[in-house]
Amino acid sequence: MAPLLEIKGLKTHFATDDGMLRAVDGVDITLNKGETLCVVGESGCGKTVTAMSILKLIAMPPGRIVQGQILFEGRDLVPLSSHELDDIRAKDIGFIFQEPMTSLNPVLSVGEQVAESLRRHEGLSNKDALARTVEMFKLVQIPNAEARVHDYPHQFSGGMRQRVMIAMALACKPKLVIADEPTTALDVTIQAQILDLLQDMKERFGMAVMLITHAMGVVAETAQRVVVMYAGKVVEEADVDSLFESPRHPYTQGLIRSIPRIDLAAAHKTRLEAIGGSVPILINPAPGCRFAPRCRYAFGRCAEQEPVLREVAPGHRMACHLEDVRGETA
Amino acid sequence: MRQYILRRLLIAVPSLLGISLVLFTVLALAPGDPFAELVTNPNVPPEVAAALRTKFGLDDPVSVRYLRWLAAMAQGDWGFSFVSRMNVDTLILQRLPTTLYVIGSAQVLALLIAIPVGVFAATRPYSIFDQIANTLAFIGFSLPTFFTGLLFILVFSITLDWLPFVYTTDIKATGIRWVIEHVRQAIMPVMVLGLFQAASMTRFVRSAMLDVIRLDYVTTARAKGLGQSRVIVKHAMRNAMIPVVTLVALQMPAVFGGAIVTEQIFRIPGIGSLLISSILSNDTPVVMAVTFVFACLVVLFNLIADILYGWLDPRISFR
Repeated sequence: MAPLLEIKGLKTHFATDDGMLRAVDGVDITLNKGETLCVVGESGCGKTVTAMSILKLIAMPPGRIVQGQILFEGRDLVPLSSHELDDIRAKDIGFIFQEPMTSLNPVLSVGEQVAESLRRHEGLSNKDALARTVEMFKLVQIPNAEARVHDYPHQFSGGMRQRVMIAMALACKPKLVIADEPTTALDVTIQAQILDLLQDMKERFGMAVMLITHAMGVVAETAQRVVVMYAGKVVEEADVDSLFESPRHPYTQGLIRSIPRIDLAAAHKTRLEAIGGSVPILINPAPGCRFAPRCRYAFGRCAEQEPVLREVAPGHRMACHLEDVRGETA
Repeated sequence: MRQYILRRLLIAVPSLLGISLVLFTVLALAPGDPFAELVTNPNVPPEVAAALRTKFGLDDPVSVRYLRWLAAMAQGDWGFSFVSRMNVDTLILQRLPTTLYVIGSAQVLALLIAIPVGVFAATRPYSIFDQIANTLAFIGFSLPTFFTGLLFILVFSITLDWLPFVYTTDIKATGIRWVIEHVRQAIMPVMVLGLFQAASMTRFVRSAMLDVIRLDYVTTARAKGLGQSRVIVKHAMRNAMIPVVTLVALQMPAVFGGAIVTEQIFRIPGIGSLLISSILSNDTPVVMAVTFVFACLVVLFNLIADILYGWLDPRISFR
């Protein structure tokens, strides 16, 4: 079966005063129909830029897709103009943004903001678009939907606004929904509700979901497959079970160890483990593995040669020299 | 809504009272006196001059005179011009329409230039169009209206002889000719005032748009595939117009001030030139009334701005 979305060797760079910032530097991601894929990594690792590049929602200039292909149902989106992409935006690929507080236009009613995309893509009349919007609001469990479509964003709480965003992204029944940290800005209790809602909607509409997050807990709950990104590159990719059971890349291992665990903390009074250091600045990056300066296993080769992403077990790919060393000594 | 406007008008009353008190006091303290000529005129005996002063109450304390002026004003008696020998309200009503016509057209012209140019420049920052617009705007607000006014007269009236440079209210023509003449003589003053306003407004619209265009909800709108023009007009512009309304309202006093200068250059018989001539001839009742009318207009434009806010931004409720 042909994949729904196939990103091949994507490089998105930004021109800055200090030089070219390689935010996304050769990323391969494949997403099948109806699949939930999580993209994880620290802030600044290029997750959001990768997602925004798919629909060219990054600011261009200074941003630019330098290289690579983004195949959606076999059609390359990279050479398309913004005007041509308008037919795909919201219609085939819906987007849920991180900040529900700032992602809705404060001067337009929430109903209008959902309805306008229905009018644009489904050719509905004002009346039909509003009726469909009310229907969508009910689906995402906004109470009193008939009245609330006429309200403005400032009259909604953060969680309710994110429900509006979900209704907006799903209104035209897209084949793929990209959710960029949809729960990061919300209270913990609301986070769970929103994730459940996303899961529900996915089952109802049968779409594929690309969920971008930095919370490993969210990954464990929702993902079927996981892509781990570090400094603009994919470092590991696996289905969710094998990633949590046998993480291969030192970075993934670090991410999993840094999940707080109440049982361990109480029993051993241990400090939570963190990955030392911070994400490197991606202007003129040093040769070799980008994680090497923070890696506890780093050795000679890591600073010289960049590891390539390759299959280490069926359906499990990663980019680290340690795997070769393991292979050589075994 | 109606209640809100009513309340705002009631709030305007104390501020107008304050303004009139300050104006009156300043004018009373200013040198010059409507009877100065009588005193120096050898044909008028000093005791006659003194009797006249007493009759008009000019020797009373300022506070008494202010209250007397206020009482008369409240009854619709705006006073009598010493120079024109006319009632002040008739005099102002003769002049005000011309001023409002010129200033109004100039503001409309400024908005018609500033909004499209500013918005377009903001969608393509640092493009050739943006650079040219920025340079022209910079030149525009660096040149004072008294300079551009004279330049326009020199080029369009004297050298090219296309437009009349003296504004007149009694045009000897009827029908369509009368309309054309009215438009023709207004072109230069409206251009001079309008372009000056447009220059600073363009810069402001551009920066307001640039602030809005990178906000998250504009990206959301783009993600809906609405198309560039729809995203700009419906999602970005409406938000960017909120600070622009503030600027336009706050600039109104400056616009009236600028109009005074422009009216002098083109000899427009408006309220501004009335103010200048009455100041020069110590015609205190007229000065007082004209400045008071200016104050009322500024208060009125601020009220209009506040109503526009509520219309543009649903987060502001009329409470």
